[in-house]
Amino acid sequence: MPIADFQPVIGLEVHAQLLTESKIFSGASTGFGAEPNLHTTEVCLGLPGALPVLNEKVVHMAVRAGLALNCQIRLHSVWARKHYFYPDLPKGYQITQYEEPICEHGNLVFPFGDTEKSVRILRIHMEEDAGKNIHQGAQSLVDLNRAGTPLLEIVSEPDLRSADEAAEYLKALRDILVYLGVNDGNLEEGSFRCDANVSVMKKGATEFGTRVELKNLNSFRFVKQAIDYEIARQVELVEGGGKVEQETRLFDTQRGETRAMRGKEDARDYRYFPDPDLPPLVLEPAFVDGIKATLPELPLAKVRRYVDVLGLSEYDARLLTADKALAAFFESALAHYGDAKKLANWCLGELSRQVNEKGVALTQVKVTPVQLAGLLQAIDGKTVSNNAAKEVFGAMFESGRDAQSVIAEKGLGQVSDTGAIEAVVNDILARHPAEVAQYKAGKVQVFGFFVGQVMRAMKGKGNPQTVNELLKAKLKLTRAF
Amino acid sequence: MNCTALSLTQLSGRLAEKALSSVEATEACLRRVEQVDPKVKSFIRVDRDGALRAAQASDARRAAGKTVGVLDGVPVALKDMLLTEGLETTAGSKILRGFIPPYDATVVRLLREAGAPILGKLNQDEFAMGSSTESSAFGPTHNPWDLSRTPGGSSGGSAAAVAAQLCFGALGTDTGGSIRQPAAMTNTVGVKPTYGRVSRYGVIAYASSFDQVGPITRTVADAAAMLQVLARHDARDATSHRVDAPDYSQGLEGGVRGLRIGVPKEYFGDGLDSEVGEAVQRAAKVFEKLGATLTDISLPHTRYALATYYVLAPAEASSNLARYDGIRYGHRAQGIKSLKDLYATTRSEGFGPEVKRRIMLGTYALSAGYYDAYYRKAQQVRTLVQRDFQSAFQNVDVVLSPTSPVPAFRLGEKTQSPLAMYLMDVLTLPCNLAGLPGVSVPCGFTRGGLPMGLQLLGRPFDEAGLLQAARAFEREHDFSSRWPPLTRDARADC
Amino acid sequence: MKLSVDDVRHVARLAALRLSPEEENAFRGQLEDVLGAMSELATLPTAAVPAMCYVQGDGGATRADVVQGELGLEKALQNAPARVGSHFAVPKIIE
Repeated sequence: MPIADFQPVIGLEVHAQLLTESKIFSGASTGFGAEPNLHTTEVCLGLPGALPVLNEKVVHMAVRAGLALNCQIRLHSVWARKHYFYPDLPKGYQITQYEEPICEHGNLVFPFGDTEKSVRILRIHMEEDAGKNIHQGAQSLVDLNRAGTPLLEIVSEPDLRSADEAAEYLKALRDILVYLGVNDGNLEEGSFRCDANVSVMKKGATEFGTRVELKNLNSFRFVKQAIDYEIARQVELVEGGGKVEQETRLFDTQRGETRAMRGKEDARDYRYFPDPDLPPLVLEPAFVDGIKATLPELPLAKVRRYVDVLGLSEYDARLLTADKALAAFFESALAHYGDAKKLANWCLGELSRQVNEKGVALTQVKVTPVQLAGLLQAIDGKTVSNNAAKEVFGAMFESGRDAQSVIAEKGLGQVSDTGAIEAVVNDILARHPAEVAQYKAGKVQVFGFFVGQVMRAMKGKGNPQTVNELLKAKLKLTRAF
Repeated sequence: MNCTALSLTQLSGRLAEKALSSVEATEACLRRVEQVDPKVKSFIRVDRDGALRAAQASDARRAAGKTVGVLDGVPVALKDMLLTEGLETTAGSKILRGFIPPYDATVVRLLREAGAPILGKLNQDEFAMGSSTESSAFGPTHNPWDLSRTPGGSSGGSAAAVAAQLCFGALGTDTGGSIRQPAAMTNTVGVKPTYGRVSRYGVIAYASSFDQVGPITRTVADAAAMLQVLARHDARDATSHRVDAPDYSQGLEGGVRGLRIGVPKEYFGDGLDSEVGEAVQRAAKVFEKLGATLTDISLPHTRYALATYYVLAPAEASSNLARYDGIRYGHRAQGIKSLKDLYATTRSEGFGPEVKRRIMLGTYALSAGYYDAYYRKAQQVRTLVQRDFQSAFQNVDVVLSPTSPVPAFRLGEKTQSPLAMYLMDVLTLPCNLAGLPGVSVPCGFTRGGLPMGLQLLGRPFDEAGLLQAARAFEREHDFSSRWPPLTRDARADC
Repeated sequence: MKLSVDDVRHVARLAALRLSPEEENAFRGQLEDVLGAMSELATLPTAAVPAMCYVQGDGGATRADVVQGELGLEKALQNAPARVGSHFAVPKIIE
């Protein structure tokens, strides 16, 4: 049977680090890149007697994420200990949520091709991250700076049917978390991590196949590669009369294949039980409602609004909303300038180009949305030409100055005074009788020559529309003679 | 004059009158430790310099008229479960040998802030798992009343040190009776506060939903004075009660007139030493004479409490002790080549047999396939035990019982049978299951001269009521002025 | 309640304990005794009884998201049995 006769079934487990200042159960910093073990308290080190106290910001962020993913928020949720021995796990257990997670039964709708796809979210829970082990010679070295960093684990139902769907789901989920300000969305640095549960079944079958858990998927490309490889491997296995083992496999990014993790011995028994140091978390309905009220508009809703209300193309709307900061810039400028299409062109054009070229974050740029709106108004008011405006914007981007002041300083102001332009037009026509004759003889291409001459004489500042209109009128007149 | 025979509150008075300095009192304690403790073996670490420094500071405060309360200048000592910054803390275990805490337990900080010099660390059962102080990696502590016997446990070092006049008060921890039972066996007063009343921050965890720190002292007033310092909200312990304690000294002398005392029949059953039973019945009559009313009550699930406790406490312990792996602190096995060996060998070398037994028991109770039958079942029965008390406290104010079923037993008598040892907690651990406050107060001596204690249990956060009742009983007797024979030989003049 | 030596070994492995053959035997018997004593819990009907995990009920204290209380490297590492630089060191982990 070919691979097309099989239906892949995929569910994703995402671990997203929360953007708090301090850790989930201690006051140690979550800062990245410090000297090993610097960001630790007695709690992070698992010292005797140390007790966890919950960071309320973590709860806030978890509820934000849960609401954005249409979850039911549990007003009563419970902390559990998950036991295993590993050097990066200082207490010998991880504090997580097991039987009563904070969020359940949500869903995520994301664009897929020309349609939208909806994936159910099984649960979201809060937990602590482990530290890091570094392998060096005959030793492994333990750094607990990351131990206790707050994580959200977001578990989807097995609703995904292809590697492409999985990647798009993941992108949409990342965009949402970044929009919410709860995660930085960085797969490579591991602040947004993904494991995939993959199985295959024959098309039309009602029962899922045995699932394999894939780890080490630290880019969208790897997520696709690993899942596609795993689907093919499982199909081949089943076709050859074999059986898929329930196991955990690592994605080997060098070889582009998955391989079983060594040393799994007996199936793990984590001995979960409620953590007696942390009483159940109880939320007031008003707390949840308050967070709901301040939830930002999410990417997909924004795209719909940009298309339906602002009249942007789907393509532009997606591009604008892909970056939360760009969308915010666009919307701020839109409050001062009404032509959404023109504004979108500038945001996706000059603004994005400058940001990329200069390598600065959009949130750090000097030019403000109001200033961009001012420049577009100047173009509409014909005080600057479209071409000159690009140069003006470059200077605004560098300096953070207003359009008017740059235009004035650089002398890029556009001449729209008809009298002044008419004088130049008359002069040019008078100096090029041969070309005028050609034009009159029907060689209309010469018109461009006249425009060029006039603009050169005016050092580019002539309002192009006025120049065109006057030239046409004068040439008509001369023909009438 | 032998000042170490003073009670904590008496000493505090002498210090206030400047009849005595804190340095003098501290030196007297240190001298007695040198003289007496080689026989009792209650201290596993003496911090002479630290104690004298604190005493000098206290005397300086007093000279400047800036004393900070009743405990200012009063030398005390601590069970080794409590972390002391810069002073080795081991929980009586080889696995923590050499561990120098980088921070103080909250209760230790509170004692320091109250001006009490800390003489050192006291012996205990390893990780508080035991009822005789015999499972300590440092060897057993001896009962000052009879050196061939145990002082009880697990806070046996704390009880023995107070009984032998080595300090004016000590802190213990109580998970299933570890403060009250040794207090009963040494003619001292022991208070196990309501769960959440005293911070557990910096207290080495045995079973987190049971553990509480409390004082062991010579008198009820002493216990009230120490508890007053400890009973504070602590933001670093999420289970800490959010309301600060009332003034325990306020109604201490208020008597028991009108107090409704329940006497649970289940606490006077098989296994209760007849002399202990009679002593507690006599005590009940004393309460009655003082104006209290006695009611026979039933706490029907008492017989399940032991099994419940010995599922839940080891389960929590197996988790709490997972952190001892020889990586960040403590004992580490030598010559290890693989990570797996690092864990298994370090832990097998570092833990003693009773600790291993409870880790095994707890791990089993939490493991796949047994969780519901053992752990969850025990949690449900815990609810039933708590409900027993809740309904009893609708009709009575205090529950009266023996503290320990027997007086101090001989060293080695029960070490071969875990179950026989576990039975030593049978009357104290229901209180921990329900999270209630409990007090043990001396109630006499056996014909053989061994101390006995009675237990008073109260409603959550009614420590004041318990102390008041205990004081009313204490006032009728001279038990607290009786001392073990060996204290007479020692001199500690000051 | 019957326990085999294999049961004891399995639990010891979960608990990261290495037991000598003598310990395995002793624990097998002792755990059997203790678990036997606990089997009386099974006789109590508790289907409708909630499990008690916490003494004081719900809603523990929380803390604000503020950085404070880091120990500093000296205190964090002062008890380390083996270290390399400011790392804790262990025998090589083999995946």
